[in-house]
Amino acid sequence: MIKSKYDVVIIGAGPGGLAAAIAAKQQGAQDVLIIERDLELGGILQQCIHNGFGLETFKEDLPGPSYAQHFINDALALNVETLLDTMVLDITPQRRIYASGARSGFLEIDARAIVLAMGCRERTRAQIRIPGMRPSGVFTAGTAQRWVNVEGYMPGKRYVVLGSGDIGMIMARRLTLEGAQVEGVLEVMPFLTGLTRNYVQCLMDFDIPLHLSHTVKRVIGRGRVESIESVQVDEKWNPIAGSEKIIPCDTLLLSVGLIPENELSKKAGVLIDPITGGPFVDDRFETNVPGIFAAGNVVHVYDLVDWVSEAGRQAGDSAARFALIERRKETRHVPVKPGPNVRYIVPQTIDRESLATGNVRMQLRVRQPIESPVWVEIRGNDNLITRKGELYARPGEIITLEIPMKAYDEVQLVDELVIDVVKR
Amino acid sequence: MEEKMKILCITCPKGCSLEVTRDGQTVVEVKGGCKRGHEYAQREMTDPRRMVATTVKVKNGVHPLLPVYTSEPFPKARIPALMATLREINIDAPIEMGSIIAENILDSGVNIIASRNMNAGV
Repeated sequence: MIKSKYDVVIIGAGPGGLAAAIAAKQQGAQDVLIIERDLELGGILQQCIHNGFGLETFKEDLPGPSYAQHFINDALALNVETLLDTMVLDITPQRRIYASGARSGFLEIDARAIVLAMGCRERTRAQIRIPGMRPSGVFTAGTAQRWVNVEGYMPGKRYVVLGSGDIGMIMARRLTLEGAQVEGVLEVMPFLTGLTRNYVQCLMDFDIPLHLSHTVKRVIGRGRVESIESVQVDEKWNPIAGSEKIIPCDTLLLSVGLIPENELSKKAGVLIDPITGGPFVDDRFETNVPGIFAAGNVVHVYDLVDWVSEAGRQAGDSAARFALIERRKETRHVPVKPGPNVRYIVPQTIDRESLATGNVRMQLRVRQPIESPVWVEIRGNDNLITRKGELYARPGEIITLEIPMKAYDEVQLVDELVIDVVKR
Repeated sequence: MEEKMKILCITCPKGCSLEVTRDGQTVVEVKGGCKRGHEYAQREMTDPRRMVATTVKVKNGVHPLLPVYTSEPFPKARIPALMATLREINIDAPIEMGSIIAENILDSGVNIIASRNMNAGV
């Protein structure tokens, strides 16, 4: 059952969000909720089936899903609550979250602290402006990775990959192992942008050509990609005339960079660094909006998942500390309620901390007159805290009494104070 | 007949360049890299192996595929045969991370391990 208020709400169940949830629980947050738009926890790690993860965190060479599973198991063991298949629509600077999902319906949730862990998304064809026709068959490498590794679809038979980053090279190997032909990897820079080891084990091992200082000049195909035209570029990325080549293929995969995903952050009033594309954060990963933290690839795109987890851990820890201070503020005031023979009391609530610096004066009127000596009693959870004698009590005359400083400790423990006037 | 060649080490993300001197199948000398790199060079010259991460089919799972990986590096030349064998597997969900999906596959001494839990679908 989803509550209406949580200590810490985390947006996104990837490595950053999972680490944040675990750390928040370990730091003492009572209610921690992760909201995730996918059907399961783990984020993009679930489709990164290759190994090479966790050497820093676990001193083990793990596939992405295994790395995720360790964190999922820890989060669930700590009773982190999860809301899957649910999209966060809006976040206010007051930390109210609006979310919706087919199974969860429309939800309004208040958070004492929020951790933004939405990760990043891939650059698309439109963002790098590849000219040519617009047939189907142009996909980002991550989309193809999801289809091939999770959903079980092959997006094509003959591929060209644009971009020599690790995702591009790893997909080139993956598609080859699954029986596809990868015609080549084009890289606009004069050097490899991914790791050398991936060049060896993903491209060299399968005789996939790498063309440095090359890019796609245009996409050719009606309905479906039929070929691409590659071109060599100079150091300023200007195409070199005469170097064009037609490469027949049915699919072009783009591995051309990642962008932190911050639409929600902006709605919450979080300021974004134009260089990183992610929020400005302090050393505790708090954004400019108090109580809103951010961690992982939503802040800047990391090289290693281990660092995403570490950032998530710190943000979750900070968020829990913030939430606990909020909780204390919320419970700092104690209501003062009239007993059976009291009509009203002013003030109606007191700040427990006021007793640290002096007595607190209370004023009240009775309902019925009592023409004999009375006690004016203040009780907290049925225990007498203080009382004062009066010779009589009349509705027309205000009674004044003070809660003494020495009652400080007792008042910290009560849920409410009750004042009544009774016969002595 | 001694011959010199350059290879790139894949042991860690550094990707050092190694200069290997060999006489037929025997490695005479390795220059560059670290101790693990030298072990890699030795193996790469005599018995090249790679970690393989792929998927196998799942019946009744939340997804149609289960990600799996080799328990240790697998002989490089036999990777196509490994892929063909794994394509024949079709296992039942639920499956737990770390379960052995195929033992001593193709008599290689290598096991195939589940990379994640796979719950049964509805």
